[in-house]
Amino acid sequence: MESIGVLMMCPMSSYLENELQKRFNLLRFWTSPEKSVFLETHRNSIRAVVGNAFAGADAQLINDLPKLEIVSSFSVGLDKIDLGICKDKGIRVTNTPDVLTEDVADLAIGLIIALLRRLCECDRYVRSGKWKQGDFKLTTKFSGKSVGIIGLGRIGTAIAKRAEAFSCPINYYSRTVKPDVAYKYYPTVVDLAKNSDILVVACPLSDETRHIVNRQVMDALGPKGVLINIGRGPHVDEQELVKALTEGRLGGAALDVFEKEPHVPEELFGLENVVLLPHVGSGTVETRNAMADLVVGNLEAHFSGKSLLTPVV
Amino acid sequence: MEESSLLPPVVLVHRPPALDFIDEHLSRHSFTALYTHTSLEDSLQDFLSSHAASVRAVVSLGRLPIPAEFISNLPSLEIVVCASVGFDHVDLDECRRRGVVITNAGDAYGEDVADLAVGLLISVIRRIAAVDRYVRSGQWTRLWDYPLGFKLNRKKVGIVGLGSIGSLVAKRLEPFGCIISYNSRNPKPDVPYAYYSNILSLAADNDFLILCCSLTDETHHIVNREVMETLGKNGVIINIGRGGLIDEKEMVKCLVNGVIWGVGLDVFENEPEVPEELFGLENVVLSPHAAGMTAESLNNISEVAIANLKAFFADQPLMFTVQLD
Repeated sequence: MESIGVLMMCPMSSYLENELQKRFNLLRFWTSPEKSVFLETHRNSIRAVVGNAFAGADAQLINDLPKLEIVSSFSVGLDKIDLGICKDKGIRVTNTPDVLTEDVADLAIGLIIALLRRLCECDRYVRSGKWKQGDFKLTTKFSGKSVGIIGLGRIGTAIAKRAEAFSCPINYYSRTVKPDVAYKYYPTVVDLAKNSDILVVACPLSDETRHIVNRQVMDALGPKGVLINIGRGPHVDEQELVKALTEGRLGGAALDVFEKEPHVPEELFGLENVVLLPHVGSGTVETRNAMADLVVGNLEAHFSGKSLLTPVV
Repeated sequence: MEESSLLPPVVLVHRPPALDFIDEHLSRHSFTALYTHTSLEDSLQDFLSSHAASVRAVVSLGRLPIPAEFISNLPSLEIVVCASVGFDHVDLDECRRRGVVITNAGDAYGEDVADLAVGLLISVIRRIAAVDRYVRSGQWTRLWDYPLGFKLNRKKVGIVGLGSIGSLVAKRLEPFGCIISYNSRNPKPDVPYAYYSNILSLAADNDFLILCCSLTDETHHIVNREVMETLGKNGVIINIGRGGLIDEKEMVKCLVNGVIWGVGLDVFENEPEVPEELFGLENVVLSPHAAGMTAESLNNISEVAIANLKAFFADQPLMFTVQLD
């Protein structure tokens, strides 16, 4: 299989690079300064693309790669892949579901506690020596607060199960009601925000869910409410979010994702009611290796004519 | 009826000047409060002798020490109502000798402490505080450019002390897929977690330790170098009990030398002093004894204290009395 060209879109895991290099002709897209020349040179040998949450396979790229057979994403999110064109052209698509569910859900809860209990600020308070001058201020209790989840898929469900152990009543919004679910359903995100102390974004990004958390939702969440985004940056109207936070209309936000990573609005850097992480939802050694194994496993299966492990298309 | 029983009962409040959350509760429930921190000219001893000689009840806040000398200046003292779960700051021998009853805050703020313990664990292994610092400093300019954290699912977590707080911590960690075991003076009946009779064997079999027990002569430095070496280089310790549970000097050495991986601490041996070597470490999250510091918890603590004071002055049964034997 060493002659099969696999185009990796950006650095994502050195373990994955090594594993791909052992089996295929790995082409690292980010190392070439002239992208169009690079594609022109390799267009007939590239039969697979490995993308992630930052860069996948859009219409332009797919059209530039006539021999493309499979896109294997190092992510569960598919928003960077033109699924419609892949379907039309018979290009297979795989992702990495399930293996990252727990880590993302764990981080969501970690973010809630870090935000409400001001853990990052507490840590700074001690490190700066300020504790010698006086005790830290009161923070906000988490246990018993209502949690509203946008999207009750694998990750949303895992978050709900964890929050239940903190005696949190669980609400959710989904396109349709989930039948065997004991949580309270709200038919709109605004209603969900109005009735929840903590709003968590856990749905896939699509045209319908872009800016699903807009100004109206933030105002409904209010000055005592907090937003947790472990989905995709474009789920939230980031400009409105910055205004809502700096004007005190929204109580706080913990964000693992941003509209134009790695760019983070600088107005957020000085706020104590935010927690800012650089897209680390699946960022553990164990999970990134498991994701990499899935990517490699899917590619191996495809090129040896076997069933794909985690096909989407 | 004696004349004194018509007067609002006098309560001596021993608290740091800034920690005033209980004052309004005391006046609302018609107690007359004397405050030790208002004795600016007198020494504490003179204040106690001249103002508080007939005081029967002391309310203790903020872990201000109540040593034998303090108690001996209060010949009428019968009860110390602690507005905290910990009571290691009170001279227990002297109380035992004098027959002084001690009550604590019971489960008044257990949930907040348990929440913080879980928050500290996730923050340490997922590097939340360190990575938030990294983003705020403007260093996130290239994607995928930070050290990864560690998974919590299927990790083995050993809880030291499965009392009310330890149980709340265990319950919270269950849906994270943690495998929970514990060490306690005695095994607890009807508990679904494996019991270890000593902390060394607990450390040998677990990835992370969470310290939830009270500080006594027995538990002082219960986490020593041997326990940390046994826990190992991927080990994490979370302490929401008392600083004295860990040999702090050894812990700093173990962190600096990679004997254990990281710690999340809400308590320290000599608060608010914190070993400065910790400030340069990334795998460490530090909290200024803030586990019980939410409005809800302070309210609950006040309610428990008031309820016990009322019960005491009415000769009714008390809640959350501490066993001194």
